[in-house]
Amino acid sequence: MRKLALPDEVLLSVEKPERYIGNEVNMVRKNPADVDIRFVMCFPDVYEIGMSHLGIQILYDMFNRRDDVYCERVYSPWKDLDKVMREKKIPLFAIESQDPIKEFDFLGITLQYEMCYTNVLQILDLSGIPLMAKERTEDDPIVFGGGPCSYNPEPLADFFDVFYMGEGEKQYYRIFDIYKEHKKSGGTRKEFLEKVAEVPGMYVPMFYDVSYNEDGTIKEFKKNNEHAKDKIVKQLVVDMGNPDENAEFNYYPRKPLVPFIKATQDRVVLEIQRGCIRGCRFCQAGMVYRPVRERNIEFLKKLAYDMLHSTGHEEISLSSLSSSDFSHLEEIVNYLIDEFHGKGVNISLPSLRIDAFSLDVMSKVQDIRKSSLTFAPEAGSQRMRNVINKGLTEEVILKGASEAFHGGWNRVKLYFMLGLPTETIEDMEGIAELAEKVAEVYYEIPKDQRNGKVQVTASSSFFIPKPFTPFQWTRMCTKEEFLGKAKIVNAKMKMMLNKKSIKYNWHEADVSELEGLLARGDRKVCKTVLRAYELGALYDAWGDSFDNDIWEKAIEETGIDMDFYITRERSYDEILPWDFIDIGVTKKFLMREYENAKQEKVTPNCRMNCSGCGAMTFGGGVCFEAKN
Amino acid sequence: MKLRIKFAKRGYMKFVGHLDTMRYFQKAIRRADIDIAYSEGFNPHQLMSFAAPLGVGMTSEGEYMDIVVKSATSSEAIKKSLNETMVEGMEIISVVKLPDDSKNAMSIVAAADYSIKYREGYEPDIDIKSKFDEFLSQESIIITKKTKKSEKEVDIRPSIYEAKYADGIFELKLASASGEYLKPDLVFQAFNNYCGITDGKCTELKLALLINRVEVYAKNDNGFIPLEGLGGSF
Repeated sequence: MRKLALPDEVLLSVEKPERYIGNEVNMVRKNPADVDIRFVMCFPDVYEIGMSHLGIQILYDMFNRRDDVYCERVYSPWKDLDKVMREKKIPLFAIESQDPIKEFDFLGITLQYEMCYTNVLQILDLSGIPLMAKERTEDDPIVFGGGPCSYNPEPLADFFDVFYMGEGEKQYYRIFDIYKEHKKSGGTRKEFLEKVAEVPGMYVPMFYDVSYNEDGTIKEFKKNNEHAKDKIVKQLVVDMGNPDENAEFNYYPRKPLVPFIKATQDRVVLEIQRGCIRGCRFCQAGMVYRPVRERNIEFLKKLAYDMLHSTGHEEISLSSLSSSDFSHLEEIVNYLIDEFHGKGVNISLPSLRIDAFSLDVMSKVQDIRKSSLTFAPEAGSQRMRNVINKGLTEEVILKGASEAFHGGWNRVKLYFMLGLPTETIEDMEGIAELAEKVAEVYYEIPKDQRNGKVQVTASSSFFIPKPFTPFQWTRMCTKEEFLGKAKIVNAKMKMMLNKKSIKYNWHEADVSELEGLLARGDRKVCKTVLRAYELGALYDAWGDSFDNDIWEKAIEETGIDMDFYITRERSYDEILPWDFIDIGVTKKFLMREYENAKQEKVTPNCRMNCSGCGAMTFGGGVCFEAKN
Repeated sequence: MKLRIKFAKRGYMKFVGHLDTMRYFQKAIRRADIDIAYSEGFNPHQLMSFAAPLGVGMTSEGEYMDIVVKSATSSEAIKKSLNETMVEGMEIISVVKLPDDSKNAMSIVAAADYSIKYREGYEPDIDIKSKFDEFLSQESIIITKKTKKSEKEVDIRPSIYEAKYADGIFELKLASASGEYLKPDLVFQAFNNYCGITDGKCTELKLALLINRVEVYAKNDNGFIPLEGLGGSF
């Protein structure tokens, strides 16, 4: 039996000790002495969240297919254990072998949302790895960052040795091969990083210098090492539709890990496609994962079967940014229903457009009385929806709602954003009006055919401009402005005829502002993240842990001007902190899209008409669909 | 067809709580392709029930669950296919078929055997053997049971069916029925009281005691009978 890193005394004193003991179904066991490379994959949040992440499961499986690599996992210790580990000076350990993180060759950290940044520092700190990449020695693991937030890595540039831009399937094997060679020849850490810097998609921040203009904008972003590249090109799996499960880069776990405690995602996750054809102008995922690539339908069917069997999960969920756009949606959904629904397997279908097909499917697989329908109009008026290029029209929403109500549903959720560029009072009030119209549709149904009262829940989050979107230049609202907008919507809600059937809630404004800083920050923000961590910030993504006072203090002490990062409209000729990354989608396209937004002009989706975004350069996916 | 499954929960699996153990077995049964029966309705669940929850921190050699299956080949086949999908520390010990009219395990549990020792460094500084014998020789052992609403005094002596201490190990047979349930650590709380021990490591009962449940019993005219004894191999 493995020996645990934490003694019983500790495990019995903390919440959910199962977070730290490993031994889950399908955990990979290897003898660390038998491998050349020890990699520990980290999701910097609590176990239940981290275990729900598909990307790590894919890479965990892919890395462990190699006999010379042992990939293990680590998550953020919860606050109770964090305290004990500091008091007792227990180093952070990997779940599988329970060995200290510091002994590993690589620590890979996925960055899924900005509010986990202080948890990244916690992981390094508890592991005994110097927080600053420059201070690390030959004894420290090489620290890799990846995931969506790496598309602006600059606010974390000081803390990472390498950022991997793009999909992990593509280059990690090559990096492992380089590392093995490097270890054999006895090179230094710096020499290894120089070799990595030459691999496509790899960004080694310390090989670049940034200088600034007097106004704080970037003057020059320049490499200081000849091995570094001027442009870092996003890596992606081009041939995702290959039916051959042994095809190069076509990795997907057949035996995903099954935790003992209930993870957020307690089900089989079937990724049907990557990317999105829609091109909503606020959406970073819609741009950075271009082009859309669908998986092969027969490949998916076999995967579904294998994973349900190897995990014993009672639920399977389709994963993609917009499942309704998947060409084989009906086929895969009908297959899942026919094959598994009678065998106690629930089928969950997030991100589906509400239409006749999806309502029919949902009525088969869900209990209508208990489930609610979700629409994401994102904005209250058609004008505003045109600005953000959200193709959903009021007509479609009301038609979908009507069909759903006739089908027996009586609960609807509506998601909106506030603070979008060019937003007017009419756009904000439109949120209340749309919610009202949905409620009215319900009451058009004759009383004897209704299923009780209708409940419409409208939620609004605050718009945060993200890198690599057409809105990357736009000004973001302050928290005062945000709250003012929420008040306008709330007041309008109260004036609605069916106000008793409508609930309205809005997101925290403090966190949104900070997320805005971290999303579009530059290297100067590194010291703010560090200072906030030193002052005790941790688990900032958790409402009850987030302490705005700490962050305000850190911002002040490190001389960060929030107006510069938040409310300032950038000019097209400004060097943005993330400009050195090439995601395929060109800056020219993003500019064109921002101008289209200002003119309220809608851009067709990728299947209707190619708008020349630049992603065609990768040579695959939707860009070549018609030509196949 | 009703089956009763006996399993062991060893080692670090003691950190897996009761609800998670149930979830673990629901998934294990699906992995092992057991032809389990489901309830009706929109969210069907497996027909499965556990005999008695085991507290976090305790190990066991005698846990039980009952399941209803639509078909089954043999005790051995089910045991084998389940064991092939168990994690380290979980093991299926036996699978028996119950008579159709048998009551579910939870309702018939009457007693349980425990094997308990002090964790190293947590032993009380007394002559355990003689003190424990004295303790047991009392006619009544009164202890204050705290509930959310009130405190009440109860005599736990009648619920201690058998008890002995030898070679550093306590072996106890305690009442475990829903109406009369004696938690093993309560015996040690009473023992500490009896010895006049009010502080020190041995009073941190959650940590001080290494508790292993050995067997769970029902009661019939012949006395206590292990739950697996109410069915037979097939």
